[in-house]
Amino acid sequence: MPNVYHIVVCGSIVPDPLQTLEPVESPAGPSLKNEMMLPAVLDPWASHALYEAAELVKKCPGSKVWLVSVAPKAKLQQVMMNIAQKVPFELVAVEGASSGFMEAAGTANALATAIDGIADLDKSRLLLFGGWESASRGAGAVMQMLGEKLHVTEQFQGVDVLEVGDDDQFLIKERIEGGSYQVNETSGCPVLLGWATGNLPEPKNNPQVGMLNMRTVMPALQRATKADITTGDVDYKSVSLPKQKRETRVEKNMSADAIADEIVTWLNE
Amino acid sequence: MSEVERSMMDVDIACVGFGPATAGFLKTLGQNLHNEDGTPIAESKVMPGMPPQIICYERADDIGFGVSGVVTRGKAIKETLPDFDPSQVPTACEVKDEKVVYLFDPHGCARKSWLLKFGELFIKPLGGKKKAFALPWIPGFLHKKPGYIFGIGQFCSWIGQDIMGSGTAQVWPGTPVSEALIEGKEVKGVRLIDQGVNRFGEPDAGFMPGMDIHAKLTVVGDGPVGAISRQIDSEIGLPEGSEQNDWAVGMKALIQLPEDCSLEPGTVLHTIGYPEPEIFGYLYVYPGGQASLGIFVPSWFDSPIRTAYRYFQHWMHHPYLWQYLEGGELKSWGAKSLGEWGKHGEPYLAGDGYARVGECSGSTNVLTNSGVDEAWKTGSLLAESVVELLKKDLPFTKENLDKTYVQKRKESWLETDLSIATNARDGFQKGFIRGMIGTALVGMTGGKLYWPSKIKKPHERIPDLETYYSKFFSKKEIAELKKECEAKGAGLHDAFMDRMGWPEIPIDGKVLISQQDALLVGGKVTANPGYHDHVTFKDTELCKGCGSRVCIEACSGEAIQFDSELGIPFFEREKCIHCGACLWNCSHADPENDSLSNVAFVAGSGGLHSAEN
Repeated sequence: MPNVYHIVVCGSIVPDPLQTLEPVESPAGPSLKNEMMLPAVLDPWASHALYEAAELVKKCPGSKVWLVSVAPKAKLQQVMMNIAQKVPFELVAVEGASSGFMEAAGTANALATAIDGIADLDKSRLLLFGGWESASRGAGAVMQMLGEKLHVTEQFQGVDVLEVGDDDQFLIKERIEGGSYQVNETSGCPVLLGWATGNLPEPKNNPQVGMLNMRTVMPALQRATKADITTGDVDYKSVSLPKQKRETRVEKNMSADAIADEIVTWLNE
Repeated sequence: MSEVERSMMDVDIACVGFGPATAGFLKTLGQNLHNEDGTPIAESKVMPGMPPQIICYERADDIGFGVSGVVTRGKAIKETLPDFDPSQVPTACEVKDEKVVYLFDPHGCARKSWLLKFGELFIKPLGGKKKAFALPWIPGFLHKKPGYIFGIGQFCSWIGQDIMGSGTAQVWPGTPVSEALIEGKEVKGVRLIDQGVNRFGEPDAGFMPGMDIHAKLTVVGDGPVGAISRQIDSEIGLPEGSEQNDWAVGMKALIQLPEDCSLEPGTVLHTIGYPEPEIFGYLYVYPGGQASLGIFVPSWFDSPIRTAYRYFQHWMHHPYLWQYLEGGELKSWGAKSLGEWGKHGEPYLAGDGYARVGECSGSTNVLTNSGVDEAWKTGSLLAESVVELLKKDLPFTKENLDKTYVQKRKESWLETDLSIATNARDGFQKGFIRGMIGTALVGMTGGKLYWPSKIKKPHERIPDLETYYSKFFSKKEIAELKKECEAKGAGLHDAFMDRMGWPEIPIDGKVLISQQDALLVGGKVTANPGYHDHVTFKDTELCKGCGSRVCIEACSGEAIQFDSELGIPFFEREKCIHCGACLWNCSHADPENDSLSNVAFVAGSGGLHSAEN
């Protein structure tokens, strides 16, 4: 498979989903309470996109991955200490807010500017990867806008499978309703793929990959330009969380059926 | 699995564990690694032409995970960071008000000696409705003013970002170190943990053998229960007379205080007397209406069913504390073992190819109850020494490290303070009152007087259940209770505390929550797949005959349960918060090494996932 691709993965950081997230109104607009105290992770959908990109590079020698990320620099640096151990990539960092309240078009603008600025990127070989939506909001709008700004007309969202054939033939499976896939065939770059979860496990931590990545990560963070991304006209009013009822106990000897029956009974109460 | 082919990488300096000691080391080193003209003071031995390659591996999934409130005079931190501005660290502020409060037992269930009860007769009238008495005077050695309060996780995140941002060192979280590479008495580097293995460590899907990191210098700062520290102590040995027998587990939480709470940021409360005389507590108020609070359950509290969690809940619900906490919300929770041996257990501070920093090096001051600033100091002293050796192009041999790091440490204020504090806790081996008198003697005489006592190993102290409760229950009652608990698959501590008259915890779902909820809501505990069990039981025949099962009762995360079919404990990695308390909460000695217990606690992955502290 002689194809060589330049894969740009767009992915930002989100608060670790295990944390308690509480929206509040701050002087700078809506935000999350104690957001800077919360640990962050790379957006899970973007992570899948990154792992898929790395896997594709293994199959297509000579290809290269850039990770373009708009985020507060200090937090992004911290997340990179985890992500950079996973797969090889070159970071392109943009300093800017990455909260789920940020205006999608502003983020798409910042990403487009950053991608345009990648010196050795060959857009005729471009595969533009990202998450099909964001864990911080789930609007799924940024990648579509970004594709339009970069004139990438072949766009696919909710992608779980990408198979690359000879001569840039792509078979792409998109999630559709009812647990089915829409199977697409397209040819030629550039192509935009908004990834769902894909099919790859999280790669193991590899210290050598980490050392290699860090040669570009720290300079990229130091070079990061600032993007003026705002919450636009978003006005936070309130949030209502589903009422939680917790009943925790440890069961060692119940069958799966018995546990399922009990949960159903509990839900019906 | 030494026969497995492993990848290998060379670095100049490998650090194990990212806590205050390693942070102090890396920050100080980073400040001094370059000449004024910007050129490095030395060239890397492993990558010629480059500055020294320095790498730090942290077991937890983030450098800020954990939960511990800190109050410190910050002497060493200010030495390294003269312009330290607490407002830059979330949770940090200056100490404004300090109190030591004696809490009376509102339920009459705590076990107290006649002498303590007699003493309480004189001060109890001062307790009032809140059943508490603030001491009118705090001894100077306990004061932390002027000083700082902060959460250790937020502090480590803040300084970690600074270190990584400087580009002088790389800090890799989520990367446990499984062992030191020791040849003879020389440490040649470290081996990272195997990934893609089953719970027994056997290769499984996605097997990836841990890489060998060869280093000219290995800096060991992995805390009191760190696998590498204990391996080095075991293989290279401890100095004559050095014993690490005194422990405690700190169970801690971060609470969002109710809006009408009257406590001001900078408030420091320390409590004594309740829920048992042996258990101490703290509450530090951060800016933003949050408080870090917790209790310490020491190894000299002889109860074989010493549950920290239930005691923690009773402590929070004491009228004096509940007046501030009621209506609040638990944001974060966790626990940690503390090596309270101080200088009693000081290991060799350096050897060929390695140096020890922080708590694992016996740097905790057991008189002033502080360890973070002391740990930082050990790291910064090592960094100064490393700079000296790098400039002279001298190797990191025991001789050179003894002449620099060990010598600097012996000449520093840290050594003076630790020497004074050495015997401060000895008296507690003989009870609460003698312990308090011993501490006061040490504090007031600069360590010249203390209450002498042999410090027993934890497994030598723990009595069986029948002996411990002999004054309260008959053997028949105890046997019945044990049988009931076994039938339910439940631990013993609740049943025995209930029978002793401790009231049921009024779960409010906000501050007072079940222990399993504390794991999920507070600790956000996770266990990454593909790693082995890091807690095992060495001789299960000993476990079968164990009458106390203190490992199960004391487990901070209820991760050790009893297998009624096999008659032995079993470990659930998914619940473990890596406090390491099982290591010393065992009533049996390792059949092959009397200085250790029958529980093995090795390097592992996962644990707490909360940085809100």
